[in-house]
Amino acid sequence: MSELKTGTGASFTAPHAILEQAAAWRAAGRKVGLATVVRTWGSSPRPVGSQLAVDETGAMVGSVSGGCVEGAVVEEARAAMADGKPRMLEFSVSNEQAWEVGLACGGTVEIFVETLE
Amino acid sequence: MKNAVLDALLAARAAKASAALVTELGSGAQTLVGPGAPPGDLPLGAALHSFVDSALADDRSMSAEIGDQRYFIHVFNPPRRLVIVGAVHIAQVLAPMAALAGYAVTVVDPRGAFATEDRFPGVELTRQWPDDALEGLDVDQRTAIVTLTHDPKLDDPALETALRRAPFYIGALGSKRTHASRVARLRETGFDDAEIARIHAPVGLDIGAVSPAEIALSILGEMTLLLHRKPPRAPA
Repeated sequence: MSELKTGTGASFTAPHAILEQAAAWRAAGRKVGLATVVRTWGSSPRPVGSQLAVDETGAMVGSVSGGCVEGAVVEEARAAMADGKPRMLEFSVSNEQAWEVGLACGGTVEIFVETLE
Repeated sequence: MKNAVLDALLAARAAKASAALVTELGSGAQTLVGPGAPPGDLPLGAALHSFVDSALADDRSMSAEIGDQRYFIHVFNPPRRLVIVGAVHIAQVLAPMAALAGYAVTVVDPRGAFATEDRFPGVELTRQWPDDALEGLDVDQRTAIVTLTHDPKLDDPALETALRRAPFYIGALGSKRTHASRVARLRETGFDDAEIARIHAPVGLDIGAVSPAEIALSILGEMTLLLHRKPPRAPA
């Protein structure tokens, strides 16, 4: 696993290790949700293709924003784990929900959420 | 995502092969394009195939619309590569910084006292001569080469090899004076001014860097600028 330790004791999971972590969770028998940035407009903190994986316990690796919308994405991923259906999410400053979860950068991001089957 | 798709994707990555995952965003149906890909759920027509080809060539994931369907083409290419010539102090900082930025780093130095595991824990090291080491690597437009030894007998062979290939970045440490004599030697070897101008020297962005970490940062900054200033061209 490409996990780089930083001097503060925190760790950072390299982008290419996100799917490896998802596979490890799946191999451990956990349900896994996977979120992917598929389109962005304006200024958005993570480029197209960025991913976040989350397991049924709420453990997560990766990111799809600068931390602004991850909470909402994790909730949708858990809902997808429950019903097995993929979802498209959109967050922007013109969107009520985005204000709540705080996409402060002023951009719009579209995120596809699926589960590992 | 089906188990078989994820497994094939991870296998392609382990084999340092390129792959593209095509998803129909409405239904979530997917097909993986790449070596060892299992049969997919999503039939790829000619239009979708041409989007996949250009996404792979541009090294850029993209969403595409065909009729009233939306698709996402997720490109999984092997990491970009950084070859550092000279297992010196700056290299000790630049190697982990570049790894954080997503590069697969190789440090080349035939001098055994420099290229040691202790000095470069977890970094790929080679004690070959730089030109031999570079001959054995696929130096393409996803590769950066940085020379840090100041020593013409190590730096020059690396730069000559780099100039004969097409890395997206070539950087050479050394003062303006060091570089002027380097330019004279390269001219004598037969390189013209346009070719020599591909070498970024003095290396790195001018941010007033003094310490090894600051110099490494200025180098990684210049690499990033070159990488993203324009979309990478399709390989010839």
